[in-house]
Amino acid sequence: MDQMKFSDYKDIWVFAEQRNGVLANVATELLSEGYRLSREMDSNTKVCAVIVGSDVSGLAKDCFAYGADSVILIEHPLLETYTTDAYTKVICDAIGQYKPEIVLYGATYIGRDLAPRIAARLDVGLTADCTHLDVKVASYIRYAQENTTLDTSSLDPADPDTSLLMTRPAFGGNLMATIISRNTRPQMSTVRPGVMSRIDARENASGEVIRIEPALAESDIRTQVLKAVKAAKELVNLSDADIIVSGGRGLHSPEGFRLIKDLADKVGGVVGASRAAVDAGWIDPSHQVGQTGTTVKPQIYIACGISGAIQHLAGMQNSKIIIAVNKDPEAPMMTLADYAIVGDLYKVIPEMIAQW
Amino acid sequence: MKIIVCAKQVPDTTEIRINPETGTLIRDGVPSILNPDDSNALEEALRIKDEYPDTHVTVISMGPPQAKEMLMECMAKGADECILISDRAVGGSDTWATSNAIAAAVRKVGAFDLIFAGRQAIDGDTAQVGPQIAEKLGLPQVTYVKEMELVDCEKAVMVKRALEDGYQEIKVELPCMLTAIKDLNKPRYMSVKGIFKACQPDAPIRTWSAADIEVDLGTVGLKASPTNVYKSFTPKPKDPGVFVEGETPSEQVENLLSELKKKHIV
Ligand SMILES: Cc1cc2nc3c(=O)[nH]c(=O)nc-3n(C[C@H](O)[C@H](O)[C@H](O)COP(=O)(O)OP(=O)(O)OC[C@H]3O[C@@H](n4cnc5c(N)ncnc54)[C@H](O)[C@@H]3O)c2cc1C
Ligand SMILES: Cc1cc2nc3c(=O)[nH]c(=O)nc-3n(C[C@H](O)[C@H](O)[C@H](O)COP(=O)(O)OP(=O)(O)OC[C@H]3O[C@@H](n4cnc5c(N)ncnc54)[C@H](O)[C@@H]3O)c2cc1C
Repeated sequence: MDQMKFSDYKDIWVFAEQRNGVLANVATELLSEGYRLSREMDSNTKVCAVIVGSDVSGLAKDCFAYGADSVILIEHPLLETYTTDAYTKVICDAIGQYKPEIVLYGATYIGRDLAPRIAARLDVGLTADCTHLDVKVASYIRYAQENTTLDTSSLDPADPDTSLLMTRPAFGGNLMATIISRNTRPQMSTVRPGVMSRIDARENASGEVIRIEPALAESDIRTQVLKAVKAAKELVNLSDADIIVSGGRGLHSPEGFRLIKDLADKVGGVVGASRAAVDAGWIDPSHQVGQTGTTVKPQIYIACGISGAIQHLAGMQNSKIIIAVNKDPEAPMMTLADYAIVGDLYKVIPEMIAQW
Repeated sequence: MKIIVCAKQVPDTTEIRINPETGTLIRDGVPSILNPDDSNALEEALRIKDEYPDTHVTVISMGPPQAKEMLMECMAKGADECILISDRAVGGSDTWATSNAIAAAVRKVGAFDLIFAGRQAIDGDTAQVGPQIAEKLGLPQVTYVKEMELVDCEKAVMVKRALEDGYQEIKVELPCMLTAIKDLNKPRYMSVKGIFKACQPDAPIRTWSAADIEVDLGTVGLKASPTNVYKSFTPKPKDPGVFVEGETPSEQVENLLSELKKKHIV
């Protein structure tokens, strides 16, 4: 690899993913995170939202509100729907022209298609599905001491290095790793939706909008998107829910979810599920919480008849308060829970509905 | 048709436990398996072979010598040929370096129509290697494939690509890279005939070194990898919670709610 001149690379870019002209939640989460990181780096580091699409300039306002100092707007009719080829090309071109130091993408079904392709084309590193980012060793030490078992004694809080420290779960959530890309620029990662907190919207914030006219021809795009089908079901918004009531195999039947729904309605929450319940066909996969479902961190997570397999825990263990209802006091979910109720959920949940 | 399937041997992460004293993974006794998404990728290739019997399916894996067992399983399911890239020079590769090695092996195999990978391996969990191989080979890609069908006299494929809230229907000409998710199909079991074939001493399961695949040694292995593991650790166990007291469900719920109210949670 050519020795890159690192001093040429500056600023933090966020791929501000949009679909049908609507900004993805993870885009504003990442702008807020980028804002936080940039203020830790130095006063010259800015956060830039990269908006790609057709006729999407209206999204700049939201990007500014959630932390962007500037916006790069790449509009072209051929960018209306996402294609790997077109998006990779225009973003690689923009990175080559402006040389950002860091580029963040949401770890969505689109971000995880796009980011590895860009990383391979630019021959730079990419860290997958991050749940925590730091640029200051001192902040990293603080994070590690509060949340992990890492021995931080070998780390120097005064270390002036501002390389991006990208922390992510691997081995199905059994292990956490902090990844670093010391020798290539930009440093890139995809970040799991729902984990970074948004800053309070900055009313009337604005900044520079840089328009890029992409060089793009139909022949650049080798996939033809014939149609996009939205699942007919109502969108389950687990990642924004304050309260989630989840059911698992312990419900024993699809009817059990009616009880779960009643409790969710009573407490003003959303229905979640374990994969076992989804695989049994009792509930739509969009309700699944966990490693291969949605990651959530509500104020209250109520787990009913869910044993607490590591893949489920990976998606909900950062919930503020966990309440578990299970016949088996030894179930891992009962150990994790702040409040564990030993009993038959068919007896306990109706009481909760009645008394809440 | 010629189809290539990328398959990785992985530890069964559902069986992994953590040593509470050292905070490290206990890998002893954890079975190694064919990565789940890759078994869907292989299944799809075998279904094409069922329909077009002159199809040739080659499985490529990179890993330590024991990954050969997984390749035998692939052969016993119906793969025609298996290749294991095994060499210290490629050890410790990140996804970029892994895709350089696999792309080199694919070039060595020669012309093909379709290449499948799994969406994601359950150990590294990055979902990056499929797209990165596609880029290194200059191929179009479709990831998260949940349905596919050959069209235009087997010159193109129509696929359904999953999104969080639906799917896209995409047409792409061959050759291309597709990455499989579990919704794509239900993988078959090994057949008796297949097991017999895979166990023959002359079964076509080859091991290739870095020299065999003619890969630039500056693009593979730990040293060349642009990402490095800075630290690894286990999450901290949470403070222990409490069992809610009560003789009856009604009492338990009453106690729970008064506790939640006391702490201003509700
Ligand atoms: C690669 C991979 C990815 C995965 N991803 C996910 C994921 O994203 N999300 C996920 O959830 N899982 C995931 N899993 C599956 C996971 O390993 C577990 O199999 C699953 O979470 C188990 O679901 P469960 O807790 O509902 O069922 P079980 O483990 O069967 O637990 C049922 C529980 O109900 C209790 N119970 C039974 N009857 C009653 C009753 N009447 N009242 C009260 N309690 C009762 C039992 O005591 C038991 O604890 C994944 C697995 C793999 C291999
Ligand atoms: C804790 C930890 C964290 C890591 N984090 C990162 C990271 O953030 N970024 C990074 O670049 N590397 C990372 N790595 C390195 C990475 O795990 C390895 O490069 C690994 O060989 C490939 O990545 P994966 O397992 O995530 O595969 P994925 O990219 O998830 O695999 C997708 C598909 O590619 C194919 N494939 C992948 N590997 C092989 C193989 N060896 N042989 C044949 N086919 C294969 C399979 O079809 C598979 O289904 C990490 C490693 C560890 C131990």
